[in-house]
Amino acid sequence: MSRAELTEERASGRPGAERPDGAAAAGAPARSRAVWSLGLFRSELTITFRRWRTLALLAVLAAVPILVGVAVRIETSDGGSIGSGGGEGPAFISQITNNGLFLVFTSLAATLPFFLPMSIGVIAGDSVAGEASAGTLRYLLVAPSGRTRLLLAKFTTVLVFCLAATLTVAVSALITGALLFPTGEVTLLSGTAIPFSEGLLRCLAVAVLVAVSLLGLAALGLFISTLTNSGIAAMAATVGLLITVQIVNTIPQLHAVHPFLFPHYWLSFADVLRDPVYWDDILKNLGVQALYTAVFGSAAWARFTGRDITA
Amino acid sequence: MAGQTAASTTDSAVISTRGLTKRYRGGQLAVDALDLSVPRGSVFGFLGPNGSGKTTTIRMLLGLIEPTEGGAVLLGEPMPRAARHVLPRVGALIEGPALYGFLSGRDNLLRYDAADPTADPATRTARVGHALERVGLAAAGSKKARAYSLGMKQRLGLAAALLQPRELLVLDEPTNGLDPQGMREIRSLVRELAGDGITVFLSSHLLDEIEQVCTHTAVMNRGRLITQGTVAEMSAAGARGKLAVTTPDTAEAARVLKERGVTDLVTEGDEITGDPPAADLAELNAALVEAGVRVRAFGVKRASLEDVFVQLTGEGFDVAG
Ligand SMILES: Nc1ncnc2c1ncn2[C@@H]1O[C@H](COP(=O)(O)OP(=O)(O)OP(=O)(O)O)[C@@H](O)[C@H]1O
Ligand SMILES: [Mg+2]
Repeated sequence: MSRAELTEERASGRPGAERPDGAAAAGAPARSRAVWSLGLFRSELTITFRRWRTLALLAVLAAVPILVGVAVRIETSDGGSIGSGGGEGPAFISQITNNGLFLVFTSLAATLPFFLPMSIGVIAGDSVAGEASAGTLRYLLVAPSGRTRLLLAKFTTVLVFCLAATLTVAVSALITGALLFPTGEVTLLSGTAIPFSEGLLRCLAVAVLVAVSLLGLAALGLFISTLTNSGIAAMAATVGLLITVQIVNTIPQLHAVHPFLFPHYWLSFADVLRDPVYWDDILKNLGVQALYTAVFGSAAWARFTGRDITA
Repeated sequence: MAGQTAASTTDSAVISTRGLTKRYRGGQLAVDALDLSVPRGSVFGFLGPNGSGKTTTIRMLLGLIEPTEGGAVLLGEPMPRAARHVLPRVGALIEGPALYGFLSGRDNLLRYDAADPTADPATRTARVGHALERVGLAAAGSKKARAYSLGMKQRLGLAAALLQPRELLVLDEPTNGLDPQGMREIRSLVRELAGDGITVFLSSHLLDEIEQVCTHTAVMNRGRLITQGTVAEMSAAGARGKLAVTTPDTAEAARVLKERGVTDLVTEGDEITGDPPAADLAELNAALVEAGVRVRAFGVKRASLEDVFVQLTGEGFDVAG
């Protein structure tokens, strides 16, 4: 059926009283088509970031660098150095006293194993299943949002949250670090010193890399979210899976599967702090995330577009 | 309405299903070979006891679930394939309202409107305001939906169905939880919408509700369509009116009535009811008076839709498994 026919049929079947200007009615579909994806996406973003749960997760993430920073400051206030007791604590923690910028790397390394991915698991797991359990999913679909369009808006929003969560940690760490510790030239892991401005750039690169590292989990969480009508179950399953995979990742006997686990190369972001940058593991990490996103993104799409919405 | 007659010549049915069947994954046959036809411009009452498959049918019509067999055509286009073209012209309330509790009523509507790609963002706030006014929620629009009462939620759900000018409204138990004023308002709203030429398809248990607003009706039982037609046809064909005589001389009256061919006589206090014969009722009354029966009242009670409904779906209270 052509567009012209469709418009005509609409105009004939619809009571004209609501829209006196026929021209505007005819022009509306063309204009709204251009902004359609943004409308739902914007609405999705607002919904996500207006929830108390989202704000609470971000607040916890923002608190971690402050805690680490204050703890290091207190421990080193008597002139002693941290980590001299045998390499305990997260990576880079011993460098913080020399340069506050390292608090960013420390905080990311400290939150990456659990806090950050857990918050992604909560948001991604709840994305579709939460709407299903609230019953709002059926109204979105008859609006009609379109299943593919809704899923895309959901996934994009989870990606935005990945970036927002990572940046929350990074910015909170940067501010805390700058307030509590000296800043200046940054000495890289390879021993080279770079100016502070370039250090900031590398900070940003690390943050983006960490956010991208979470893509695989985001896609996985979205897929799990399409499987059930219970938001809580989807969140719990995603976070549970994260913990399981993290444990498997530490069992040496299972090293054969390690390269295929989504968290395996997560800490490769440290290689950005070498001169020259050591790309090997970073690229492997990106590859794994792309693989997970493709596989579980398609699975989520296949499941969601073919599924009976009975909630 | 000129447009309407033009449309009705091409497709007079706004909803038509052929052999629509749904078997849930558990094996439950919820809807069984349903052939439904809803004429354009009608207010169509969709009746049936609990668990008879009304909501399942509505979910299939709106493309939320895939039929096991058969198909549905909505506004002349097949569902769920044409959902993108059809659903913007359909407003729906399915199994009660569903809201975002942490958003205000107004923000809920903005959210649902944003989900519709054909909704013009430029007129969004105005349309939301208008929809709120229409359901009487203008004053409570900025209250959090979490704090809404059941009836307020129901009204907000209705407002969401009225965000855009629609051709068809599908309302699953729209008066559920409403106070008497609310019910009356919804009834008059439905009449008003029908007056604008909008087809309204509503499911309900409240039969006098249906009788008051609907022009057409269909009855489901255990997933099967038992009957469909106009409300007048249903009341006329389903059960004939009952003859009712009020008299202190019940025994004598019963004897006379029986003699004159009245069947199924039931005496309750000083009232006798029964199925009248084909003969003129005036003769019957004369015969009673002739026999010395003191008649206080004499008349035919019109069968209510409830009588028809119970006759069609059985008296049993238990829900079919
Ligand atoms: N998701 C589901 N999975 C399995 N069976 C279901 C599901 N939803 C409904 N059913 C079954 O399908 C049948 C019809 O249910 P439906 O909800 O369509 O009834 P209804 O006519 O809307 O009832 P009510 O008047 O109570 O709203 C029932 O027997 C019910 O148990
Ligand atoms: Mg129902």
